[in-house]
Amino acid sequence: MTTLTPVLTDTWDKDRSWRLATYERAGGYAGLKKALTMDPAALVQTVKDSGLRGRGGAGFPTGMKWGFLPPPDGGPRYLVVNADESEPGTCKDIPLMLASPQHLIEGVAITSFAIGCDHAFIYVRGEVLHVYRRLLNAVEEAYKAGYLGKNIQGSGFDLDVTVHAGAGAYICGEETALLDSLEGLRGQPRLKPPFPAVAGLYARPTVVNNVESIASVPAIVANGADWFSSMGTEKSQGHGLFSLSGHVTRPGQYEAPLGITLRELLDLAGGVRAGHELKFWTPGGSSTPIFTQEHLDVPLDYESVGAAGSMLGTRALQIFDETVCVVRAATRWTDFYAHESCGKCTPCREGTYWLKQVLHRIEDGAGQDGDLELLVDLCDNILGRAFCALGDGAVSPITSSVELFRDEYQAHIDSHGCPFDPSASALFPYTPKTRTPGTLAGAGAGGH
Amino acid sequence: MTADPQAATKTGYDAETVASLTADATAIMARYPDPRSGLLPMLHLVQSVDGYVSRDGILFCAETLGITAAEVSAVATFYTQYKRHPNGTYTVGVCTNTLCAVMGGDAIFDELSDHLGVGHDETTDDGAITLERIECNAACDYAPVVMVNWEFFDNQTPETATALADKLRLGDDVVPTRGAASVCSFKQMSRILAGFPDGRADEGVGAGEPTLAGLKIARERGWTAPSSGQAGEPVEPVETGPVGKPGSSAERPAATPSDTAVGKDKKPGEDAK
Repeated sequence: MTTLTPVLTDTWDKDRSWRLATYERAGGYAGLKKALTMDPAALVQTVKDSGLRGRGGAGFPTGMKWGFLPPPDGGPRYLVVNADESEPGTCKDIPLMLASPQHLIEGVAITSFAIGCDHAFIYVRGEVLHVYRRLLNAVEEAYKAGYLGKNIQGSGFDLDVTVHAGAGAYICGEETALLDSLEGLRGQPRLKPPFPAVAGLYARPTVVNNVESIASVPAIVANGADWFSSMGTEKSQGHGLFSLSGHVTRPGQYEAPLGITLRELLDLAGGVRAGHELKFWTPGGSSTPIFTQEHLDVPLDYESVGAAGSMLGTRALQIFDETVCVVRAATRWTDFYAHESCGKCTPCREGTYWLKQVLHRIEDGAGQDGDLELLVDLCDNILGRAFCALGDGAVSPITSSVELFRDEYQAHIDSHGCPFDPSASALFPYTPKTRTPGTLAGAGAGGH
Repeated sequence: MTADPQAATKTGYDAETVASLTADATAIMARYPDPRSGLLPMLHLVQSVDGYVSRDGILFCAETLGITAAEVSAVATFYTQYKRHPNGTYTVGVCTNTLCAVMGGDAIFDELSDHLGVGHDETTDDGAITLERIECNAACDYAPVVMVNWEFFDNQTPETATALADKLRLGDDVVPTRGAASVCSFKQMSRILAGFPDGRADEGVGAGEPTLAGLKIARERGWTAPSSGQAGEPVEPVETGPVGKPGSSAERPAATPSDTAVGKDKKPGEDAK
């Protein structure tokens, strides 16, 4: 049996867990003190050796990303933390920053020292007011304690950190869109290459890393690469936050070695909602193809989930029981992608719009024979043809659900409507309202 | 000679407003190597004055950054938090992304919409509430979620949400599940998002029950991450100034075992020392 491994979560149950003093009492900032005595190149090597891979979804080796920076040329180099957590189902970085922002700040200081950065940025989504307060406060505390600012801990290393609030745009989680947004522009992805390592923020060498990736760095430095890689699987090393949500008895954050299975996690979380059974789930957010009961024993590591036809993504395990209509689920996710498509490229901008039209008519009972072929064809014309990963993500729930639940889609078309009672999936009893045209549009109207 | 601030601006702001906006905008721009990076916080700033991104606000940003009003508008219209018409005192956002929707978010939105008589992105006649369908707000383990001025109201039902809306319309304080001790106004919130904190970071909880679900099991069963012989020495805590009110628990010296982190609270490697 796989046991849980609290590292990032280890201080979250303490009184005033977000305070610097709490973090220090638990051993915090030992990593930075050690890092400042090390050669920056050795720090990069330590993170490479640990096997840490990006925790924001793509899973790219973190140390390798740092190593892609060109040699110093005397000009500025930047660290930008992607704290724009917005992928549907993903809910790990926000509670981390609310409960223990110093984990992140220490990671920022170590990473900046390793890559030769003297001004780092944390781009947090604007829709989490108290998290922004906590981050601003954590940075202020770290300055006062001499962990940020000039001549940090007497090392001669200087670092400023700016916490920047976004303003509501999922696409800014894409690293180059995030950089454009941070430069004060519309958040639209950039053509790559050049990659941010070469020409990132203000066209300078830049590392963009996810919150959990950076927050994992202090313990790696303090305890060593071997300590980290002793957890997880051969190629997916270390600990990660697994976020269970939906129809599960005890939803929440479970910090475990990569490679744990959903069956094990569900066992810890008290199983699927009482009296119900698992129908489908996402392994890593809405952009990862859905799984079913057949995948309960797939090790949740990058390779195994990939081999099973999906992606580990952000380990956002959204659990849906048999009361949930898969067409309704896919339709609502598609509303999201259509709303959040930045409009830069045609396949995504137009494609998500048309996906939405077809899905809505199927769910609303106006589906036609041939609509499923049309949907799959639309998806084929987006996948791999969009400017960034948003387009690929948008088709994942559709292609995977059509493949796994084709009969359910067809039943919507054949019987001219959705056979499910939406109230059965809610956590409370209610009578669904019927909407008449011309009045308030209601929740299911789509479009925002 | 000091120029009259109003003479230099095409905005309709009075001299006092121009002076205070200019001082704040200067502080914002100083945070970045390139002042243009200040545009997003600056748009939050003008919302803190006008309650939306007004024509004056757009002109102010353009004049401050030396860019065109069209360039500012292009940015302002891209992001959903920038409002194009006066916002209510409170934005009430119901998550209707898939997971919250099926768990009851749709029912909550529909109930609120009927109760308040407004639809998505519409404001009640008394100016108290702007209702929104919102996208996933990273609190899925607390579904269904409602946000009021971007503070978390977890595990909502149609009844709790309508009661919440009624209190807001009466001007009563409401308390987020995870957030400050009360919800501030849209304008106050916008000022914080511009990077001017209100000193309330220490209010509220660190985590709700779901956030701690895994940790609780680990504590009960004595599970920890592997230990390591290479762990660093714990650092002496550095007090960094006032935390809570005088006499509050924040002033309390370490007195209990949990304060000094022994037993199961140890970090990986502490055994080895």
